[in-house]
Amino acid sequence: MPKITYKDKDGNSKVIEVENGLSVMEGAIQNDLPGIDADCGGSMACATCHVYVEEKWLDKLPKAEDAEVDMIDMAYEPKKNSRLSCQLIVSDELEGLTVTTPEKQS
Amino acid sequence: MKKTDTVIIGAGPVGLFAVHQLGIKGLKSIVIDNLDKAGGQCIELYPDKPIYDIPAVPECTGEELTKKLLEQIKPFNTEFFLNERVEEVKQDKENWIVKTNDKNEFLAPNIIIAGGVGSFEPRKLSVKEAEKFEGKSLFYAVRNKEQFKNKNISIFGGGDSALDWALELSKFSKINLIHRREEFRGAPHTLSEIKKLEKDGKISIKTPCQLDSIEGDTNIESITLKFDDGKTEKIKTDIVLSFFGLIMKLGPIAEWGLNMNKKTIEVNSENFQTNKRGIFAAGDICTYPGKLKLILSGFHEVALASVECFRRARPNEKYRFEFTTSSKNIQERLGKK
Repeated sequence: MPKITYKDKDGNSKVIEVENGLSVMEGAIQNDLPGIDADCGGSMACATCHVYVEEKWLDKLPKAEDAEVDMIDMAYEPKKNSRLSCQLIVSDELEGLTVTTPEKQS
Repeated sequence: MKKTDTVIIGAGPVGLFAVHQLGIKGLKSIVIDNLDKAGGQCIELYPDKPIYDIPAVPECTGEELTKKLLEQIKPFNTEFFLNERVEEVKQDKENWIVKTNDKNEFLAPNIIIAGGVGSFEPRKLSVKEAEKFEGKSLFYAVRNKEQFKNKNISIFGGGDSALDWALELSKFSKINLIHRREEFRGAPHTLSEIKKLEKDGKISIKTPCQLDSIEGDTNIESITLKFDDGKTEKIKTDIVLSFFGLIMKLGPIAEWGLNMNKKTIEVNSENFQTNKRGIFAAGDICTYPGKLKLILSGFHEVALASVECFRRARPNEKYRFEFTTSSKNIQERLGKK
């Protein structure tokens, strides 16, 4: 199973093996990781699973669709490398992905 | 204080169907919601998105589902208290007293909390000075546009609310429209209007940038923007309007002494009662082994909760299970006979 690294704003990090097909958000929620709220449950409607993706991964990930980019406008302190973790589906290609959670989600 | 059989907190699909399940059993209810309209997440988060898993409805949008549910509960003439949030819940012998932030009070033997993920509230600006200006020169909604006449107004956001208010207020004020990226999300017609007003000098568009700080004493005097290339710009501003959508906050529910599991309320799956007799939770806000956050699960949950609500509201009557197809009582309540 691909290993995903979840970092918080203070630099604490946790590596989690997430099953292929789950989202990076689900990987966090199922393992009780703080920092990702996912209030809407993954329907891309709330922007509370917002993460910053490590720069080198930006181009390797499938591009965000318009609806995701629109939703990121609503996120807490969005940056260039912002993504919604409910839209990042884990696969072997994502082995080693590192995401950082923002200071808060709302 | 208004008396009723059940206070329903939350006017989303599950709260609305609770009205129905109580209503066909002859129970009265009232509904309280913090939004200005019924529908909950269906109407606020995904009014246009199709839903494919409502039984016997192959496809419908959040808005259509809400409309149909409102139509279904029409016979019960239920009173809605919108733009109100429940602040306090207090026990009074076998009843509960429910108080809202609009000073309404209700007395009922039952409360059904169908509050989703909590009440919707505007997402606030994160700079630390924002709080002290809120309600004075910083606003998250426009209630009375008269107060925004002949001002320098800075509007944050890239969606419909930001664009619509930029257009409207540009009629009598100078507008800065500020967004973190160059693309705006709005109706093509609105976008072309904005472009036109920019040419005429009525609206000045600042992108891609974000708010860096707010300056002022009692009122806002200026704001500083930070652009993506690192440059900053200070602009004179009397009023800041921020439209970054709504977030869901659990709010006071966490303080009612209910057994909670993270942001959800623990219930039994027999009648969806919480650890407090007479307080039920249904829909996304409740949790029990095997819980699925589906609208259809919420429908099931309120159907079962309504039976216990009946027993508590009518302790001297025997509950009889009835089918809508054959019960004269139910059909009368639905105005069919």
